[in-house]
Amino acid sequence: MSANLFRHLLSIEDLRREDIENLLAHAAAHKRRRTAGLSEKTLQNKIIANVFFEDSTRTRTSFEIAAKSLGANVINWTTRGTSVSKGETLLDTVRNLDAMGPDVMILRHSSSGAAFLISSVVKASVINAGDGQHEHPSQALLDAFTLSQGLGTLEGKTIAIVGDIFHSRVARSNILCLLRLGAQVIVCGPPTLLPAGIEAIGCSSTRDLDSVLEKVDAIMALRVQLERQSEAHYPSAREYTRLWGVTVARAAKLKPSAIILHPGPINRGVELASEVADGPRSRIMNQVEDGIAMRMAILEACA
Amino acid sequence: MTDTILIRRGKLLDPRNGVKGVRDVLVRGGVVAEVSERALSVTGAESIDATGKWIFPGFVDLHVHLREPGEESKETVQTGCQAAVAGGFTSIVAMPNTRPVNDTAFITKFVVLRAEEANLCRVFPAGAISKGLLGTELAEMGELVRAGCVCVTDDGQPVMNASLMRRALLYAKTFDIPVMVHEEDLALAGQGTANEGAMGTRLGLAPVPKSSEVAMVARDIVLAEETGGRLHIAHVSCAASVQLIREAKRRGIAVSCEATPHHFTLTDAALDRYNTNAKMKPPLRDSSDVEAIRQGLADGTIDAIATDHAPHGVLDKHVEFDKAANGIVGLETALPLALEGVKAGWLTVDRMVELFTSGPAKAFRLAGGHLSVGAPADLTVVDLDDQWKVNAQRFRSKSRNTPFDGRTVHGRVARTMVGGRTVFQLNVPTET
Repeated sequence: MSANLFRHLLSIEDLRREDIENLLAHAAAHKRRRTAGLSEKTLQNKIIANVFFEDSTRTRTSFEIAAKSLGANVINWTTRGTSVSKGETLLDTVRNLDAMGPDVMILRHSSSGAAFLISSVVKASVINAGDGQHEHPSQALLDAFTLSQGLGTLEGKTIAIVGDIFHSRVARSNILCLLRLGAQVIVCGPPTLLPAGIEAIGCSSTRDLDSVLEKVDAIMALRVQLERQSEAHYPSAREYTRLWGVTVARAAKLKPSAIILHPGPINRGVELASEVADGPRSRIMNQVEDGIAMRMAILEACA
Repeated sequence: MTDTILIRRGKLLDPRNGVKGVRDVLVRGGVVAEVSERALSVTGAESIDATGKWIFPGFVDLHVHLREPGEESKETVQTGCQAAVAGGFTSIVAMPNTRPVNDTAFITKFVVLRAEEANLCRVFPAGAISKGLLGTELAEMGELVRAGCVCVTDDGQPVMNASLMRRALLYAKTFDIPVMVHEEDLALAGQGTANEGAMGTRLGLAPVPKSSEVAMVARDIVLAEETGGRLHIAHVSCAASVQLIREAKRRGIAVSCEATPHHFTLTDAALDRYNTNAKMKPPLRDSSDVEAIRQGLADGTIDAIATDHAPHGVLDKHVEFDKAANGIVGLETALPLALEGVKAGWLTVDRMVELFTSGPAKAFRLAGGHLSVGAPADLTVVDLDDQWKVNAQRFRSKSRNTPFDGRTVHGRVARTMVGGRTVFQLNVPTET
């Protein structure tokens, strides 16, 4: 594996098809080695800093395990107990952390463009672990890995992404990634959650989930945020589920080979029926497992 | 310094008086004494050779944020005026969203005093519509006008309460001043930071739908019609707004409006790479809106080019996009950007000068904007062919927040005069 394929991984938008296919191939190799119980400490003595301004269960732990599997030292920085409470800015925080010499900074932040912003001021390589509503490239890459493991080549396949596209960085990264791999992407959800000009990215859109069930090879369900009803983009969780939930009945209408993904965390019973989340079509746990292998590939490419 | 100045052989363009051609302009005692087609010879006059250059009436900017009192690190009345005269502006209207807000005569008089101390361009304060810009109670408009305010606005904020807006339009009739509005329905705009469209979606930025401006333009046109008050719409950004204003004017409603150079030059494509120097309210829109703004400027629907000069420091702009302050400086780049329109053919040089001079002066009924005999000698001498590169580090403004840094442009102010006194000369260091 050549060192430093990229300096940073900020967005899928920056990646070409061959970059993505390269990462998929390396992820597959890591997965095989892990399954065989082998490990290569290619990042021995490197310092990987998780710099998380937002909560995370999967991503942070996944990057930590991936880094440690490669022999690296990992720092886990979150805002709790830090000078962010004293008003220290993002840029000052990362400049200070960068001065301590990490090789890689993995940033999750609530502002779109945050990873790009810090990449211009730090010496470390920057991996975007989610910036506002913009992108979550490592999620899309691991999703592509799980999809390809389940479906073979993604060229010509049809993938539906269902849910709150508007607020979803996972959706944006996935749309870009899947299109680059030659798949067709359909986004689906209430019109209030489909952002303006989404089709300019190259996907199609529909409000009618039932109309696409028979043609998709996979459905990626996204978490819907059940918050403040006065600003709600749909009147109730019940209505959302009835119209756009991946229910048992809908799952039954899919092609026999079709699979189901979700980046987590799941609102069981809302965007995804519990039985479907745990059922035979679900690849959700595979996503989590594949995330380690893909993040190992990403770290090797950047560190 | 002599009282008599002869500006020789410049190409005078004075739209209000229908003058366009080579003239000698004689200034005496601070006013235009004579405008002559034939060359003059005046003993004892200071002679300024303007051969090959244009002479325009000094520009009038209806929308400038001078930041004083309260945010002097970004700009002061002094530095703002220095930037203005460097850009060819001899009259500017100072926005009231200072700290404290200009909602009392005290603040108005302070701004007037600071402008007198700067002794550069004329500064006409704008007073607040509502106390503290809080949008609930009318400020004492009479007191503000008596202290020197030429209009009222809550700029920076919309007037969300329609009843307050209606009362402002009615009450302002007492003083025959325009009510200037920042059109933004806050409920529709929400947390938005970028135009609702493919670019904002791609960048993951919260959208500002066009309706947030257009719906308020519609509301205020209705209120202007009903009250008979004078409405001035600030920084128009949407095609649909231009169309509504066009129709309102056709119906004889007293509405005027302005557009900024950035809204006729840039689209939301300028947001690429999260450029916070492309972040402002209203946001940069798409190409169909830019087209409509250009059409509106050319056909008279839009009365004035106004910069909405909004200085901000590095700390306010070199941050996450959603946290960055809104606005860019504009006084020193307005003329060359407008000239790009002349070069591209959607604007004539005559119409451009109207938009900088007689148009804004007329909208606010300000003195100035023309070079009639007897008028104060407020003028700017411009070299339209001068090619230069915008260099933010050399701005006279204290602030550098512009998306145009490094842009190669044509057309530059060589000299600006206010009341016959040279207040700016290119390549002559500014006295502090």
